[in-house]
Amino acid sequence: MPVEIERPEADELTSPAKPWVTIVWNDPVNLMSYVTYVFQTYFGYPRKKAEKLMFEVHHDGKSVVSAGSREEMERDVQAMHEYGLWATMEKADS
Amino acid sequence: MSGFVPRGQGAMATFSGFEADLLRSLASQLVELLRNEAAVPSSATDPLEALLDFTGPTTEPDDPVLARLFPTAYPDDEEAAGEFRRFTEGALRDGKAGNAAAIIDQLEEAGLPPELEEDGLWIDVELDTAQVNAWMRSFTDIRLALATRLGVEEGDEDYWRSLPDDDPRTHVHDIYEWVGYLQETLVASISGDA
Repeated sequence: MPVEIERPEADELTSPAKPWVTIVWNDPVNLMSYVTYVFQTYFGYPRKKAEKLMFEVHHDGKSVVSAGSREEMERDVQAMHEYGLWATMEKADS
Repeated sequence: MSGFVPRGQGAMATFSGFEADLLRSLASQLVELLRNEAAVPSSATDPLEALLDFTGPTTEPDDPVLARLFPTAYPDDEEAAGEFRRFTEGALRDGKAGNAAAIIDQLEEAGLPPELEEDGLWIDVELDTAQVNAWMRSFTDIRLALATRLGVEEGDEDYWRSLPDDDPRTHVHDIYEWVGYLQETLVASISGDA
């Protein structure tokens, strides 16, 4: 239960809560086990979800791995690049 | 060649002197590449101006390996992509060079001499959690670099197997696969799958 209700930011009232997404693209190099490990470790996803996203990347060529504000997604994209994954970001509705 | 096995919260591996020396050489080449091509295109001709220019690069690196290590974050928005690169590429380069340097330092601390001369040398490397992270990321960078230079594509295993043994690419592809094996066993060691 929240003990204190914060005043909502103007942005949150006028735009959807998660207007941007991070996309990870397939590449012929990164190992399935490593990609799964990265999704578990960085995003804190359970093994099952991490594997599902990894298979999406592998079979469909890409997967939306996180959603949030533009700043949050820039952080996620940068983190994916630190891990050597090929990540981009775009507006959720584009 | 045995790869990594779990050890405490981390992992350990035993390398022959030859393997350790090869790994050091790959990591050194990566450091050199990351440090060599200027992260900032030096457009400033005035030396003082150049020294005071703290901004990062805004365009994709020319070298295909660097372009793969630092992908364009906004594929459809050149301006936003440039801004993102300006604020991230420097830190990403430092992080990747630091990880590769950690491999070199640790191999040498574990007994790899500056010049490998003796035969029959074996080196035990023990990695804690933070070191596992650095090695894993650097293995990825090394594999991305080798794969980009070789032109590795999805599902092209038969092609590489069909090359003659004396083709230099065969040798490089073997090294690429070996680093992949090290990576696989390292991930397994800390995922409880070993």
